[in-house]
Amino acid sequence: MEFFLLLGTPLLGALILGVFGGRHWAAGLNVAISLVTFLAACALTARVVSEGPVLVAHEQFFIDPFNVFLVTLTALVGLTTSVFSRPYMRVETHHGRVSEARLRLYHSMYQLFMTTMLIALTTNNMGLVWVAMEAATLSTVLLVTLYRTPASLEAGWKYFILCGVGIAQALFGTILLYFAAEKVLGAEGVTALLWTHLNAVKGQLEPTVLGLAFVFLLVGYGTKVGLAPLHNWLPDAHAEGPTPISAVLSGLLLNVAIYAVVRCKVLVEGSLHSPLPSRMLMGFGLLSVVLASFFLWRQRDIKRLFAYSSIEHMGIITFAFGMGGPVANFAALLHMTVHSLTKSAIFFAVGHAAQKAGSQLMDNIRGLITTNPTIGWGLMMGSLAILGMPPFGVFASEFLILTTAMREQPWATPILITALGVAFAAIFGRVQPMVFGETTVKRLPHPPALLPVFAHLAIVLVLGIYVPPYLADWYRAAARLIGGE
Amino acid sequence: MTGTPFDLQLLNFCAALLLLLSFAMLGQRRIVTLVNLLATQGALLLVATLLLAWRTGEHHLYVSAALTLALKVIFLPWLLHRLIRRLKVYWDTEPLLNIAGTMLVGLLVVVFAFGLARPISALASTATRNAIGIAVAVILLSFLTMITRRKAMSQVVGFLSMENGLFFGAMSATYGMPMIVEFGVALDVLVAVLVLGIFFFQIREQFDSLDLHHLESLKENQPLNGRETAGSTPALRESP
Repeated sequence: MEFFLLLGTPLLGALILGVFGGRHWAAGLNVAISLVTFLAACALTARVVSEGPVLVAHEQFFIDPFNVFLVTLTALVGLTTSVFSRPYMRVETHHGRVSEARLRLYHSMYQLFMTTMLIALTTNNMGLVWVAMEAATLSTVLLVTLYRTPASLEAGWKYFILCGVGIAQALFGTILLYFAAEKVLGAEGVTALLWTHLNAVKGQLEPTVLGLAFVFLLVGYGTKVGLAPLHNWLPDAHAEGPTPISAVLSGLLLNVAIYAVVRCKVLVEGSLHSPLPSRMLMGFGLLSVVLASFFLWRQRDIKRLFAYSSIEHMGIITFAFGMGGPVANFAALLHMTVHSLTKSAIFFAVGHAAQKAGSQLMDNIRGLITTNPTIGWGLMMGSLAILGMPPFGVFASEFLILTTAMREQPWATPILITALGVAFAAIFGRVQPMVFGETTVKRLPHPPALLPVFAHLAIVLVLGIYVPPYLADWYRAAARLIGGE
Repeated sequence: MTGTPFDLQLLNFCAALLLLLSFAMLGQRRIVTLVNLLATQGALLLVATLLLAWRTGEHHLYVSAALTLALKVIFLPWLLHRLIRRLKVYWDTEPLLNIAGTMLVGLLVVVFAFGLARPISALASTATRNAIGIAVAVILLSFLTMITRRKAMSQVVGFLSMENGLFFGAMSATYGMPMIVEFGVALDVLVAVLVLGIFFFQIREQFDSLDLHHLESLKENQPLNGRETAGSTPALRESP
């Protein structure tokens, strides 16, 4: 019941907003739909926590400790982003950048995007994961090009083609997975792509085929995670679209893509009994962290800066999942949560800051703190949080990842620490003059909504100081699941 | 066994034709012909699916054959032809690598594809297992087509041809994916092409051309023009 509400609400919302999305009350309706989705997610979580994993609709959908926490996170960030987007899009309309028709497209696609992500997270069918991931790309392509500027068209085209080609590799990987599974689970094809069934027989799956499949799946979904060297689409798509979309792309879509990779990794590891999948994840992860932290120095556009920071953090998460083991998996899950919350909070602050300055170039944004202290402090605190300053949650997860790396993969620790240091210097050096100093920014025609920024940062702060026991249990259960127990 | 049964020979013949078509696409610069080649590829897939459905008696293959007919043989080519007429893009510019060079690279790609497919073919129990190598080759050749082309339209044809290759691969390795997945994939392809149609008009409106080197200004370290939030239109770089 909760489950159908969870998927049905945003889908229905997308249809309604597709008709009425341009009205002045549409933004409010968008918030209401997201709120219902979030409540459904909470109810579902409560049920999974009390009753254990749930299978729905002929086993096509499956909710276990691993994906239920991502479902709640997705619904939460979806809700706060819709709250942020209301005044943001109003200002954009005021500036004449979006017409009523485009606003309709925006609202409808926003809900459709939420639907596809929730389907990708909850489905048990590896084929449907693929379908939903591709649908998530398709629903956001037209949002990246919402402003129809040459740069946004270019970003949209890159996003479409690179992710399309990437995800085609993942389809080939899925075909290979099905090929291997069919031999064990029977040619009926009804259960052969269901993750629960695959997981039960993963020891019998043909290792050569699964190894090959994993390469394709990792490259395919890795493109969507933004792992270097497949990350080219990510900064452009983040920088050129409207800021609420940057927030959900960074905070949610990348998480969902990582989720898909990890699900595949569990299967392949169970079949291969070799460290190959782990090593590949660690390699891609480390490469992304290093490349992204150096690319941070060359950025002049504030949204590109934080997009590269997302690549860096995705690298850290991938590396942690690659190390495996209960502690590293726990840390990776925690990092997924706190990164998602912090990064979307930063994008909320950045969105209003760029609107106030009339430019996304960092040189043009100065002295936010004088005209609007809340935006200034939000950006400053968000940046400190994402850079891993204690007492925020990112510190806790990065600390866990680094200490595990010291113990298990000592060679990687200096590389990670150097990259984190480089990233710190790059981001802090840019953010500091934007927040303090002489001001260049103007007042906004509509009051901004800053509640989401501080709500997210507050959760991240709490997670840094104290992880509530039920949440910790939940992470541990998910970590065990990923560990293949 | 004395020789291969006739229907299987016919299937292998279809597979060989598919490979040939991929090479034809690789060398073709006229976009209308490229779309026709794509439609032929779809028709061959249809024939292959029907043959296989008849041979194995798998009912769901008839459904995917119907899907192929509706989508890949009729609807997509029609849509692409319509787009070509409305957008007036008939010729692709000289590919990044000349045609003879591309063909040579293509040959190497085919060898690589067969190498890649060998372990899979060895394990497959389907009658069509020899065609898996061809499917991989079609995927990689389409990839090559996408890399070497400049016009957005040719890249899209490459993209769709890659999807055809994947479909053929799934068919020859496992007699097709579960129905729900096949419907999902078909829906995605359909939506992708519709989105692209809209997208092309946006590109056209903005640049007056579908040539992709207009879309190369977002590089690192370049002066970033057009990032003003007030909606100013930046000066476009004129291309020769």
